[in-house]
Amino acid sequence: MAFKHLITLQETSKQDILDILNLAKTFKEIILKPVKKVPTLKGKTVVNIFYEPSTRTRTSFELAAKRLSADVLNIAISTSSVVKGETLIDTLRTIEAMQIDYVVIRHSVSGVPLFLSQNIKSSVINAGDGMHEHPTQGLLDMFTILEKKGKIEGLTVAIVGDIAHSRVARSNIWGLTKLGAKVRVVGPSTLIPKDIRKLGVDVYTNLKDGLKDADVINILRIQLERQKKNLFPTIREYAMLFGINTQKVKYAKPDCLIMHPGPMNRGIEISPNVADGKQSVIEEQVTNGVAVRMAVLYLMGGGKKDEVVN
Amino acid sequence: MEKNYKIKSEIMDSQAIYRTLTRMAHEIIEKNKGAKNLVIIGIRKRGDIIAQRLAEIIKKIEGIDVPVGVIDITLYRDDYDLNKSKKEISGSDIPFSIDGKDVIMVDDVLFAGRTARAGMDVLIEYGRPKTIQLAVLIDRGHRELPIQANYVGKSIPTSLNEEIIVTIGEQKEKVLLVEIEKN
Repeated sequence: MAFKHLITLQETSKQDILDILNLAKTFKEIILKPVKKVPTLKGKTVVNIFYEPSTRTRTSFELAAKRLSADVLNIAISTSSVVKGETLIDTLRTIEAMQIDYVVIRHSVSGVPLFLSQNIKSSVINAGDGMHEHPTQGLLDMFTILEKKGKIEGLTVAIVGDIAHSRVARSNIWGLTKLGAKVRVVGPSTLIPKDIRKLGVDVYTNLKDGLKDADVINILRIQLERQKKNLFPTIREYAMLFGINTQKVKYAKPDCLIMHPGPMNRGIEISPNVADGKQSVIEEQVTNGVAVRMAVLYLMGGGKKDEVVN
Repeated sequence: MEKNYKIKSEIMDSQAIYRTLTRMAHEIIEKNKGAKNLVIIGIRKRGDIIAQRLAEIIKKIEGIDVPVGVIDITLYRDDYDLNKSKKEISGSDIPFSIDGKDVIMVDDVLFAGRTARAGMDVLIEYGRPKTIQLAVLIDRGHRELPIQANYVGKSIPTSLNEEIIVTIGEQKEKVLLVEIEKN
């Protein structure tokens, strides 16, 4: 099944998620080969437009597109006409007039990718919108778990930290629960949305209870740029209570995976020993990100009946 | 979506397939003056099974283990925009060097020639073979590219509303000529 846009994992079917994860396996083989390139998307153009800073997601999308032989355009907002006051939709329509096929967008406002997908002809991929979703991060986290654990169904995954502001958390929750994992959110109550239980997760405000018997700990970044409302007293106190160090990893299962979507605040939500330790798959997540994004780009295109020639 | 079809004739049974592959193996050895520099690469799906069979027969004749690899050409096809079902890609696996080798590329049915074209692109990414030769169990005609097989099991003239079905590696091995029914 080909799909046109990837906006949320909430709206993505279980079957589509499984297809992406399955194809990502093949694409991972390709990116580990000496010639890391296939000609599949030759002649297609992917535009990365990031209204928020990003290193790994933007680079990852760029590499994924290039390894499928697509052309890639990166638009840096700080040097674009956006600073002259051009509206979002005008910027995108201008770019689209240059004959592009995919738009990868990150924006600080939730819902922007959906709005775009309703207003332009290209395929839209959400690379993170506000506090809403970051579907490809959710997919690459699931792919990493699947690769390391051999399954997702029945696993206990603890997502630790600032759940309230986290689009990574939301995409993980939607995806993982669809695939049958038990998802817990762990953090200070001020960083956990009141209605989060409706998404089918268990809520823990005590780290020890929250990590008990966990197969995976996904540690979220404390978004220092979003902590202006004093949701916890001090960074130091947060690090003491919820920062994951070697001692606290022991609360979970001995073979528990340590994940982090990056960028890390070492010494705050994760200690360097844990980040670089044996159970950490953080670098693996980055590698898998390219493979998963290749699978997404591959599945989104094509199937345009009106272009049938033979 | 399953196509509906009507069987017109059985072209080969498992015995006939075996005899045909034996003859092809002899031709391959004859043409390449032995099997020392050969590698056999099958195109998924079914080409890989036929490749394995050819290697077994060559081993019986020459006593040499010819390396066998497999390629998946899905990502190299020229019909990405036309193709709606994209679920299955199994990946390629050539765990040896093909540099300077005589590569026998194997598929079950040769039709438009587009699969063989994509197959050559895949092979060339793995190295620089001395030669690439094409072996197919059935050649059904209707070429759309200037491609010709070096070894052909059987040539079957077909019309475009017919199809060749090869069931190899399954319980009852056979080659069928069928007519696609319009619905």
